Amino acid sequence: MGFFDKIFRHLGRSEPWGVHPDERKRPASETPICRLPVPPLLYLPLSQHVGAAAEPVVRIGQKVLKGECLATATGNISAPVHAPTSGEIVAIGPITAPHPSGLEMTAITLRSDMEDRWAPLEGLADPLACAPGELARRVAEAGIVGLGGATFPASVKLGLGHRSRIRTLILNGSECEPYLSCDDRLMRERAAGIVRGAVLMRHATGAREVRIGIEDNKPEAIAAMRAAADGHADVHVCVVPARYPMGSDRQLIIELTGIEVPAESRAADVGVLVHNVGTAFAIHQAIDLGRPLVSRVMTLNGEALAQPGNYEVPIGTLVEDLLAFAGGVRFEPARLVMGGPMMGLVLPSAKVPVVKGCSGILALSAAEVARDEPDACIRCGSCTRACPVGLLPLEMNARVANGALDAAVALGLHDCIGCGCCAWVCPARIPLVQAFNHAKGELATRDRDRKRTDATRRMAEARTERLEREAREKAEAAARRAAERKAQKAREAAASAASNSEGAPA
Amino acid sequence: MLVAVSSLTILGAVLGVLLGFASRRFHVEGNPVVAEVETMMPGSNCGQCGFPGCAGAAAAIVGGEAPATCCPPGGKALAQSLAAKLGLEIDLSAVADAGPQLAVVTEDICIGCCRCIKACPTDAILGGAKQIHAVLREACTGCGNCVDRCPTEAIGLKPVPITLQHWVWPNPARA
Repeated sequence: MGFFDKIFRHLGRSEPWGVHPDERKRPASETPICRLPVPPLLYLPLSQHVGAAAEPVVRIGQKVLKGECLATATGNISAPVHAPTSGEIVAIGPITAPHPSGLEMTAITLRSDMEDRWAPLEGLADPLACAPGELARRVAEAGIVGLGGATFPASVKLGLGHRSRIRTLILNGSECEPYLSCDDRLMRERAAGIVRGAVLMRHATGAREVRIGIEDNKPEAIAAMRAAADGHADVHVCVVPARYPMGSDRQLIIELTGIEVPAESRAADVGVLVHNVGTAFAIHQAIDLGRPLVSRVMTLNGEALAQPGNYEVPIGTLVEDLLAFAGGVRFEPARLVMGGPMMGLVLPSAKVPVVKGCSGILALSAAEVARDEPDACIRCGSCTRACPVGLLPLEMNARVANGALDAAVALGLHDCIGCGCCAWVCPARIPLVQAFNHAKGELATRDRDRKRTDATRRMAEARTERLEREAREKAEAAARRAAERKAQKAREAAASAASNSEGAPA
Repeated sequence: MLVAVSSLTILGAVLGVLLGFASRRFHVEGNPVVAEVETMMPGSNCGQCGFPGCAGAAAAIVGGEAPATCCPPGGKALAQSLAAKLGLEIDLSAVADAGPQLAVVTEDICIGCCRCIKACPTDAILGGAKQIHAVLREACTGCGNCVDRCPTEAIGLKPVPITLQHWVWPNPARA
C-alpha cells in the first residue's frame, strides 16, 4: 500500500456509525438475578414468536404440570407454549396484548396450584453424540425462540446450519440497549451454562468456531465468560466497543468477522449464525435437562421503580404482579415500556403478560420520556452519520411524509433496521424512525392488498370455469336424457308394431 | 422461363411490401391500455363501481369517466398502481375512508335459502339448502352483491377487524 493510499484512507474514514446514549444500567446491573415466586394467574399468549400461532392442546379445567406442553407449533415457523407452573387451565380466549396497539390476542390462562411441580423431564445423556437434527428437534419441542427480542424460533435457525454451511456461530452478548442488563447478569452468573449451550449449538449447526461478542462496558461478564470458555479451543470471547446498536446482528457480524451481510439476504447466506446468550442458556437447559422454556431473566428498571434489578420471571406473569413483587412503583410511571428504551414497545397498561421475547420492563418517569415538539429539518446530516446501515434518514423521511413510499424504498427503506439512532441524534427532534416504522407497515399492507387482488382474480376465474362446466354438464345430461327417451320411444313403437303384427293374423 | 420466374418474384416482392405497408397504415387500433388495465383489475365483475364488470370499469377509467379509486375490492393498492400506470393524480383518502369490508351472516335469522351463494363472485359463501350459511373470510372481497339477495336481511357488511398482524404504526407526520 502506497503512502498516499494511507493518507487518503485516513482522510476518507468517516466517523463510526451508531450513538452513545446514557447507559443507566446501574444499579440494576449490580443486583444478582432474583427468582420471582409463581403468581396466582398466568396468561400465556399463543403467539409469542415470529410465525404461525401455536394451537392449544389442553381443555379448560384440565390439570397440568410445570413444563407440560399447552399448545403445539403449527407449520414450519412456529413454537410451542409450555406451562410455567403446575395448575389448572381456567380459560382460553382473548386478552390485551403486550403491544402498543392495545389490541387483543388469544391466550391460555393458567391458575397456579402453588405447588410448582415439574412434569417428568428427560435430558439427553450425551447430546454431542446425537445427530444434529435431533438437537434441533429437541430445541423446537422446548419452544425456544430468540430471547434477544426477535423471537424467531431457534430451531429453524439451527436447521439452517447444514443447509447453508455455517462457518461461524456468534453469540450476542453485547446488550447495547440502555437500561437493560439481563444478559450481563446471565453471563456473570451462568457463564458455564451459556458456553455449554454454545457448544451444543455449534454441534447442531456444524459451525467451525464460536465467537461471543461482549461490549467493553461489561468487564465482569467478559471475565466470567473467559473463565467458562477456557478449555474450549474453538470458543472465543471477543470484546467489542460499547456503542448502540452493536447488538443488531448485522452490525455485530461486521465487527466480529468483517463480513457485511448484503441487503435482502440473511446472515446464514454468508455462513454466519447469530444467537443471543439467553437463547444459548435456554438451549443448554432444554438439551441437558429436558426443560422447556418456561421462564426467562429480565431487567426491571426506570426511575419510577423502587427496586430496579434483574429477575427470573415465569412466562405469562402480569407486568402488574411483576412490578408489585419488585417493591412496587414509587410514583405512577409516565410510560411502561417492554424491552429497551430505544426499540422497546410502549405497553397499553400493566395488565399484560410478559412474553418470551421480553428482555425488560421499564417504568419511566415523566422526566425520562420528555420530548420536545419537532422542528423543521436543518439538514445537518447527523442522522446520516449515525445510521448504522448507511442510509439517508432525512431524505427518506421527506419522501415518507409526502406519501412517496416507492421513492423511500428506492433510498433503502427496506434496509432500515429500525434502531432509532436517527431520531435519537436529531437536533430538531424529528420522529424519523417512527415515520419509517409507519411506512414499513403501509408497504406491508399494500403488498397484502395486492396479493388479495390476485387471489380474488383467481377465485373469480375458478367460479366462471365452474359455472361453464356446470352448464356444459347440464346440457350433456339433457342431451343424454333426450336420446334415451327417443330410444325408449323407438323401442316402444317397435314393440307395439310387433304386437300389432302378431295380433293381426288372430 | 427466366422471365416468368423474375416477373413473379418482382410481383411477389412488390405485393408483399404493399401488404406490409397497408397493414401498418390501415391498422385498426383497439385500445391496448384498456386491456392492460383490465388485467390489473380484480376480475370478479362484482359491479360495485357501477360499470358492467371489470372490462367496463377499465374502459371508463382509461376514458376518464371514472376515477382510479372506483374499485372497492382493489382498494388502495390497485388505485395506486392504476394512477401510476395512467399518470393520474388521485386522492387516496377517499379509499381509506371506506376501508375493506367483509360480509357477515347473522346466524339467528339465516334461513338457508342459498340465494346469496349464487350471487357471490368469488364463491366465498358456504352452505346448503336449509343450512346456516357461512362466509369464508379469506375469499370474501366485501363487494356486497349478497346483501340485497337475502330475504331475511341476515347478511350484511362489516369493516374488517384490525388484528395485531395488520396493525400499522400511526404516521408521526399527521399525528
